[in-house]
Amino acid sequence: MSRLSLDRDFSKMTLRLPLFPPLILAGVIFLAALFTSSFVSASPIQDVLQTQSDVIVKSSRKTIGPAIDAVANSGLPQAQDVLQAWQAKEMWQRKSDGLFFRGEKIDSKTYRLFDFENGSEIGEFAKSDLKQIKPNSGIRALLGIALVQFQLSDPDPQKRLDALTSIERDPNADALFALRASISGETDDEILRQKSRLERLLTISFDDDDAARVSAIAGFKGDLGLDVRATLNPLLETKRIAYPTGETPSQTIANELELGSNDFSKATAYALLVENGFADAKIDVDTIKSALIENIRGGNVADIPVHTLSTDAQRLAAYDSLAATGAVAPRVTDAQFETALENHSFADVYIEPSAAVTSAAKDAIDAIETKVAFNQFLDLTLDGLSLASIYFLAAIGLAITFGVMGVINMAHGEFIMMGAYTGFVVQQIIPNHTVSIIVAIPLAFAVTFAAGVAMERLVIRKLYHRPLETLLATFGISIALQQLAKNIFGTQARPLTSPAWLDGAMVVNDVVSISYIRIAIFVLALIFLGVFLFIMKRTRLGLETRAVTQNRTMASSMGINPDRVNMLTFGLGSGIAGIAGVAIGLFAKVTSELGGDYIVQSFMTVVVGGVGNIWGTLAGAAMIGFLQKGIEWFNPANTLAAQTYMIIFIILFIQIRPRGIVALKGRAAGD
Amino acid sequence: MNRLLEVSGVSVSFDGFKAINNLSFAINSAELRAVIGPNGAGKTTFMDIVTGKTKPDEGRVIWGDDSVSLLGLSEAQIAKAGVGRKFQKPTVFEDQTVKENLIMSLKNQRGPFSVLFYRPSKSDLEKVDDLALEIGLSDQLNRLAGELSHGQKQWLEIGMLLAQEPKLMLVDEPAAGMTLAEREHTTDLLVRAAKTCAVVVVEHDMDFVRRLDCKVTVLHEGSVLAEGSLDHVTANQDVIDVYLGR
Amino acid sequence: MSFIQRNPSVLIFLSILAMFTLGVTLMSEAFGSAIISTSFVKTLGKTLCLALIAIAMDLVWGYCGILSLGHFAFFGLGGYMIGMWLMYARTQEIVITSLADAPLPPTANEISDAITNQIFGVVGSDQLPAIWMFADTLWIQLALVVLVPGLLALIFGWLAFRSRVTGVYLSILTQAMTLALALYLFQNDSGLRGNNGLSGLQNIPNVTAPQPVVSIWFFWASAAALGLGYLVSAWLVSGKFGSILRGIRDNEARVRFLGYSVEHYKLVVFTLTACIAGIAGALYYPQAGIINPAEIAPIASIYLAVWVAIGGRGRLYGAVIGAIFVSLVSSWFTGGQAPDVNLGFYTVKWVDWWLIVLGLSFVLVTLFAPKGIGGLVDIATNRLRKEDKV
Repeated sequence: MSRLSLDRDFSKMTLRLPLFPPLILAGVIFLAALFTSSFVSASPIQDVLQTQSDVIVKSSRKTIGPAIDAVANSGLPQAQDVLQAWQAKEMWQRKSDGLFFRGEKIDSKTYRLFDFENGSEIGEFAKSDLKQIKPNSGIRALLGIALVQFQLSDPDPQKRLDALTSIERDPNADALFALRASISGETDDEILRQKSRLERLLTISFDDDDAARVSAIAGFKGDLGLDVRATLNPLLETKRIAYPTGETPSQTIANELELGSNDFSKATAYALLVENGFADAKIDVDTIKSALIENIRGGNVADIPVHTLSTDAQRLAAYDSLAATGAVAPRVTDAQFETALENHSFADVYIEPSAAVTSAAKDAIDAIETKVAFNQFLDLTLDGLSLASIYFLAAIGLAITFGVMGVINMAHGEFIMMGAYTGFVVQQIIPNHTVSIIVAIPLAFAVTFAAGVAMERLVIRKLYHRPLETLLATFGISIALQQLAKNIFGTQARPLTSPAWLDGAMVVNDVVSISYIRIAIFVLALIFLGVFLFIMKRTRLGLETRAVTQNRTMASSMGINPDRVNMLTFGLGSGIAGIAGVAIGLFAKVTSELGGDYIVQSFMTVVVGGVGNIWGTLAGAAMIGFLQKGIEWFNPANTLAAQTYMIIFIILFIQIRPRGIVALKGRAAGD
Repeated sequence: MNRLLEVSGVSVSFDGFKAINNLSFAINSAELRAVIGPNGAGKTTFMDIVTGKTKPDEGRVIWGDDSVSLLGLSEAQIAKAGVGRKFQKPTVFEDQTVKENLIMSLKNQRGPFSVLFYRPSKSDLEKVDDLALEIGLSDQLNRLAGELSHGQKQWLEIGMLLAQEPKLMLVDEPAAGMTLAEREHTTDLLVRAAKTCAVVVVEHDMDFVRRLDCKVTVLHEGSVLAEGSLDHVTANQDVIDVYLGR
Repeated sequence: MSFIQRNPSVLIFLSILAMFTLGVTLMSEAFGSAIISTSFVKTLGKTLCLALIAIAMDLVWGYCGILSLGHFAFFGLGGYMIGMWLMYARTQEIVITSLADAPLPPTANEISDAITNQIFGVVGSDQLPAIWMFADTLWIQLALVVLVPGLLALIFGWLAFRSRVTGVYLSILTQAMTLALALYLFQNDSGLRGNNGLSGLQNIPNVTAPQPVVSIWFFWASAAALGLGYLVSAWLVSGKFGSILRGIRDNEARVRFLGYSVEHYKLVVFTLTACIAGIAGALYYPQAGIINPAEIAPIASIYLAVWVAIGGRGRLYGAVIGAIFVSLVSSWFTGGQAPDVNLGFYTVKWVDWWLIVLGLSFVLVTLFAPKGIGGLVDIATNRLRKEDKV
């Protein structure tokens, strides 16, 4: 089908082009030249311009069409240059002989002119001898359209691609013909693919033949491209109509409307009737009110005292009395209202007249939407995964200190912030983004490790077995650190720029894409998990840490120094927070409140996951990440509500598993 | 003598480790019983199960004349049903006076609202005085419990247990860290208590158990190894193996 | 009232409060020499409300050991409940006045539409949310001041305590609850005007008395509420109930093995203190004039814990001292009144540095003076006792 239509359209094109064969043109111009003595015919292109001279100089959007067509369809190799110069406001007319040239500015008073025929320089002229052709934006747009056919066949592939992009941006029927004409000559496979895809899209929108459109639509079944949906959706646009019951509307009915259903109240229906002239407008409360006010006579309205008109019923009665005297139009009674509604049917109809096209479009959209839904689910899963990685990174340090020492570190969020600011400072010193990130990660670890150890030595060590006091003391540190950051770095967000190779996103299709930063964070989370497991299972520190976690007294009697273990684990947890800070800083704004944005989710992750087990943290992060994305998907407009629901869900979840997903049992649980 | 508590076929495991393995145990009202066993035999876990702190994986715990299952009840409900417990480490409310500790333990309404409007009656105060006399803390009533000596704390906790007027007392190592004289006093207290209610004493110290002069249950690896008089069980080859660690 | 004899501090506290109230009244613009400005009277009145919620916090944390980071949410809810009436009734008053000159007497619908438009135009809604159903009835809103925070606390507490969530876990959960509530209120369709909050609360509807007089009324009400709250709380913790609360704080399991249902006690205290917090909020926000969701943010509840800790936990007057001292000092430092310190190479601006000082001093108090300012009282009374003995 589509091949057939293509062939026929080619024939149209070939019919059009010979309308202005250069020979005939030359003849016409020759004749014209005989009558105009000042007219020097220098070249075929100049001739074309001269025939259209008046229109070109007049430069009006309404009349310019034929002039542009004449140039564009002249078949002359210079046509494109002329149109481009014209569009760029570089076309000048020499006042002396009315010839057109391309002009280049030398200074404000002098211009250098070039011949369109071969681009040769004509000479320098004073501006006063010249007249600039100034096409307005409407004309420039028309010129753009005319230029497209040249650009589509331009030898430079990049130009051809640009032309395709410009058609995509502003699709129109003319472009369809130009596009079809250019397809046969296309040599580049990729551009050919794009051209024929765009041609099919334009066919759907602009072809006159419904059969061709239907077959083009059918060809896109299951295509995920945004452009396809953008083309198909307008075909299914509907409008609401009312028609006398029993008649059949001329348009295709998308769905009949039930009176009184959710989005179609009786009032809406009646308004539609009024709009279509099927019924008289109902007189609304405000009209009644102003009518009453106009008819106040000596404190009364139709012999009813004004001060009694403080209910709607009274006002209606007064209005009806007024209507009885003929002072105002009578109200539409409820009975009339109901009858009018009963006698009419209501429906949404397609604006697109062809039923075949709308039904094909509907089929195609349905098929696409099923596929889109599946892909959206995939995309959501990826989103959830990346959010889970972020929460995992943010929470893992917290989980370590909580698990090993039973200490909730409220300043954990500020350690994340410290890491992010470390990254920022490093970038101020090392401008190369890749190098600065590589330097920043270990440096952030070192800085926060030191801060963590200092905090453990100075504060937390003295508060063991008083977990609530620890919570408050670390909170004190948290507000101090936050304010300190504010004093040093100010309140505005500081950028932490990611290296260029992390910019952009991996695009699977128009629905599924994931940015490289998120992939990097996912990888980082995996590395952390690996490193953490290695430390815990394969190193002395890990062994000692596990021993202290399980039984502090026993561990210390076995010669393990729990003080040292505490210090190191706290440092480790803080250091990981620092690295997480660098990672988070790459995609979030670095402010003094950065930590606070992640701290509650981190706590939730630890609480939901269960204490003292890395897999618990992982499970918690996964659950919170996926849950948040899932809720956001249900209610995308409202992220605030999403967070509210998530917290409520977590509170309820704690009911089922008070010790988290991965719970320790027995004495180790520390009853 | 009627059956007060019957534990049958109870097992519980922590992360694969079987702390209690098919344990069966019964005690009559007004009986004194000593439970002995090496470390890790499951003595404390056994108490945790009876008092509702730990839920067993399987088995039954039947209580009293009405044969109620204790497994569905909370710690507080079990305590109200008449099971009192004294912990291995003396746990009294150190921030409060001896008198307050005892008043809190007295058998009275336990609900928040009745407690809110509770003011100690004359008979309550008399009971407190009697208890204080019995545990030898009469002149310490207004001291903070935290200021007492270790032995005094142990007695205070036994006093709190008595104040509850339980049907069953579970006493975990009451004599730990006591001087000889204190031990004798403690023995007297327990023997006297056993006249009115069942008393289960978990103890390591054989001398102390001998002084109690009662039936002995030996636990090992979460189940009952032997039961009978002290002389009987100490003659048992299994018990000797376990204790001497062959 | 034998408990007052046993607790002389109650009598001392009430006398000081009475003298303070009298003094402020005599120095106010409305009833005295105008030494104290009306805005400072309001500040003092608000401070008394903060002292009241600090008492609630002390009951729940200092006595019962539940570090709730959610009591400011209850405080805010109380403020919202009274704010609804204040704003509705006040707008109603204005609307009726403005419609009095209309050619036709307004219908009930017109009045309520105008009120809705006035209040909710800012969030683009023309419907009065269902929760404003009783906003025109003072006594119902007054009841809601206690009921709404109480009910929320009851439901949350029941869920949390039933599943034996304790310690830091519980603190985090209460913080999450607060955050959820604040985030919810930040939405425009929450029915409480989103982040605009409720405003104009300083005006009592249908009362023509000038602000200096109204401010003194609220000051009296705050003082009375604080006195009553102190009395009730002191009575609550004086007897066996108090014993059990402290028992729960020190050793929850032991209390349970004594046969007390710890969950029920916690629930009673949590709910009761939420109600007290609601009342405190209902008195605070009319003096502040405006309430918005930012007030409920978790940080506020943490500051509350800070006050109680600095004042001294487990003693009611400690909470009061902490709240008054820290909140007044804070507002002095952050209000720009405190003189900057010039170190020559650097000028310490207190607006920037106060939070750091507060944060660090909080660490120091937790580390070295766990009994807070109240601990100083202990030292003083101990010295007195020793002198008695000598």
